Amino acid sequence: MVERRLIGLGFGLLVVGSAFLFWSLRAPYGFILELRATKLVALVCVGAAVGAATVLFQTVAMNRLLTPGIVGFDALFILFQTLLVAALGGVGAAQIPGALRFVLETLVLMGAAAVLFGVVFRRGRGDVTRMILTGIILGVLLRGLAETVQRMLDPSEFAVVQQAMFASFGRVDPGQLGVAVLILSGALAIAFRLSPALDVAGLGRGTARGLGLDHDRIVWATLLLVAAMVSVSTALVGPVTFLGLLAASLARLVTDTHRHAVLIPAAALTGSVILVAGQFVFERLLSGQSALAVVVEFLGGLLFLFLALNKGRP
Amino acid sequence: MIRIERLTYKVGPAAILHDVDLRLDAGGITALIGPNGAGKSSLLHCIAGLNRPAFGTVRIGDLDPFAAPGSLRARAVALLRQSPAVVSRLRVRELVAFGRWPHHRGRATPQDDAVVARALEIFTLEALADRPVETLSGGQRQRAFIAMTWAQDTPWMLLDEPLNALDPRHARDLMVRLHDLSRAGDRSVIIVLHDINAAAGWADRIVAMKDGRVAARDTTAALLTPETLGAVFDTPFEVLNTGGRPVVVAR
Amino acid sequence: MARALVCSALAGLVLVSLALGAASLSEGGGWLLMASRFPRTAAAVLAGAGLALAGVVVQQVVQNRMVEPSLTGTPEAAMLGLLAVTLIAPGSPVAVKMLFAAACAMAGMAGFLALADRVPQQDPMLLPIIGLVYGGILGAIATWFAWYSDLLQYLGMWRLGEFSGVMQGRYEWLWVVAVLAVLLYVVADRITILGFGEAQARSLGLNYAQTRTFGLVVVSLLTALVLVTVGAFPFVGLVAPNLISRWRGDNLRTNLAWIAVFGGALVLAADVVGRLVRYPFEIPAATVFAVLGAAVFLWLLYAAPGRSHG
Repeated sequence: MVERRLIGLGFGLLVVGSAFLFWSLRAPYGFILELRATKLVALVCVGAAVGAATVLFQTVAMNRLLTPGIVGFDALFILFQTLLVAALGGVGAAQIPGALRFVLETLVLMGAAAVLFGVVFRRGRGDVTRMILTGIILGVLLRGLAETVQRMLDPSEFAVVQQAMFASFGRVDPGQLGVAVLILSGALAIAFRLSPALDVAGLGRGTARGLGLDHDRIVWATLLLVAAMVSVSTALVGPVTFLGLLAASLARLVTDTHRHAVLIPAAALTGSVILVAGQFVFERLLSGQSALAVVVEFLGGLLFLFLALNKGRP
Repeated sequence: MIRIERLTYKVGPAAILHDVDLRLDAGGITALIGPNGAGKSSLLHCIAGLNRPAFGTVRIGDLDPFAAPGSLRARAVALLRQSPAVVSRLRVRELVAFGRWPHHRGRATPQDDAVVARALEIFTLEALADRPVETLSGGQRQRAFIAMTWAQDTPWMLLDEPLNALDPRHARDLMVRLHDLSRAGDRSVIIVLHDINAAAGWADRIVAMKDGRVAARDTTAALLTPETLGAVFDTPFEVLNTGGRPVVVAR
Repeated sequence: MARALVCSALAGLVLVSLALGAASLSEGGGWLLMASRFPRTAAAVLAGAGLALAGVVVQQVVQNRMVEPSLTGTPEAAMLGLLAVTLIAPGSPVAVKMLFAAACAMAGMAGFLALADRVPQQDPMLLPIIGLVYGGILGAIATWFAWYSDLLQYLGMWRLGEFSGVMQGRYEWLWVVAVLAVLLYVVADRITILGFGEAQARSLGLNYAQTRTFGLVVVSLLTALVLVTVGAFPFVGLVAPNLISRWRGDNLRTNLAWIAVFGGALVLAADVVGRLVRYPFEIPAATVFAVLGAAVFLWLLYAAPGRSHG
């Protein structure tokens, strides 16, 4: 039953994906198809990464309202990119091959996120809301820091950072995309293997430990996975705050289950469908594109309010 | 048998348990009583391997709950915490099924399903099996969690104030069931009770705690004297006898 | 002692701010001082004071210490208003723009209060999160319109408060902050009572709804004034009142002046730091403040469990 819904989601992705590829296709076919295919892969990657990362993060944070974006995961990533350019200079940073740089940035983000958010989780145990607030403020702090460092850069170096920050789907570096696909599939596979343990972790720290789960280790492992997925999405399109919330909530709604073996793929598929469908509508039908992020933010924000206010009712 | 030696547990600088030495024999129901803040819950969490003590040792049979891998510990001792909360949106059957996780670690067998079905039956949860846990009343939820603890199928069951939120009928039913389980031979129950009369009615042994220390321990009949209770709770008590059962009344 | 410290710190900052700039004072002399340095310094102090006051009032109104104007959607609503005026009547005078922005800010604030009334009280940390997201939604609408009408650049300017453009003739509206501060001082006791909650306030004979509305109007005006003249400054309204309240308690009658002075000093300090770090270039004061303010806020969150829970 649940599996049928997963297949349905996969079918949906297939439909919007083909629409994205073949709608009003004109000559030169090969060139345009290649362009669109690259974009499609990037969109699917970002949607899957954000959706799955959000489900994982919500489980270890014990909260359905949080997303990695809200607590500043992506800000951390951008801060590191900026620091890299600041340390090596724009030319130096540009000399490192895109794929290698991406891997390095991902590793650094994983380490930093595990330390930073690990500490927050440790301290915030038992007081979930304070933890959320800490995360949000941490996000503001990290964004402010990144911005300050950017202001310290020369204009030419700043341009390098800015390009890294706002890489649009149009100019996806195929080398980088390849690495992104690799990292993402690795992270998804590990997450999938961990899913029974994640089911238990979702019961809360006390209950999970009572059942013999090494809860702290699962939290660390999950944070590492989330960091890897967030670097994939942030490197490809920049920060997207509420897409994850939208994807995770819809996936829960559609599958109506707590099992991560279903939830993780469902959220990944939902995120991809939202992005591809949105991009299709905006790019092919309305012939505009930078507004997609704004619309996703808007809808995601509304959903957040709806969830938060309904939570308060018995 | 559970052996606790020189156990000291601290939260920050404050010692919650001081130098506790205690032996608890297998079989039967052991009740932990004592005033608020006496350290009953902390002791229970230490036995379950969830609170790491500053000094001292705990042994459940031969097992050291702090050194043993989680899956082994969770098959030796099951703890029902006070007012457990669950964020995941689970149905009752799914929640109870998590009690089997230490046994299968993710791959449930038909045997596990049978234990879950039996747990639902024992705690009269069949009618509620497909209800989401968050839609249950406090007492129903409590029963679902107790069923989950039972399904963990451990030699020792530790229950922290399980009678909270239960109406008199379900409270009595639970105590009767625990009594039967502990008589059947393979389960030993340690239970924190707020209501001294519940302990008086059903427990085989009582451990009374005060200020992080064991103040008294004995068989139920021997411990429930006005002197002992008065010293533990700093309140005068009268112990009456109704139909062979002690009944404790605060004066 | 502490009093003298705050005052001398402010005085020192003012002097540094007056002396600091790309052109030397000895060449430009008095004219430079009057046309650029003094207005800039005054604008920073007034903006900081205004936001700090707005912060303390909104905290009393919703009885939650973790809230501040930028966590209520008010600046975003003001931005929407400003955007609308710029679209409909680009040539209208500043006063009209200001008033329209203030009116929109009020509507945004009213929306937030309506949300706040529906948020369960027992969780004091939930409201700021709700406010943040509410602001995010309004912000997304504003971005959408700006993007549609090619005004994104304006939006960027409003979003990031800074003082490099402040000159004589372009900041004077901020003196209204001083007027509002005096007004607030007059009704300080009532605002304090608002913080006790509706039932208690009523039993003390306060006209609750009226006072609440008054608070709403003042907060919206203050936020809109600062936004239109120098841009948005998150966190000032949170940090200044909370630090003062840790130091001196919660009686507004005796605290209001300190909150204003402290807020002014903080923003001026952020501006001075922003001018110094990469001299002669500048880092926007709001960016500097985001870093400093966020750090202070985190400290508050963990160092003050008793008070910060409101």
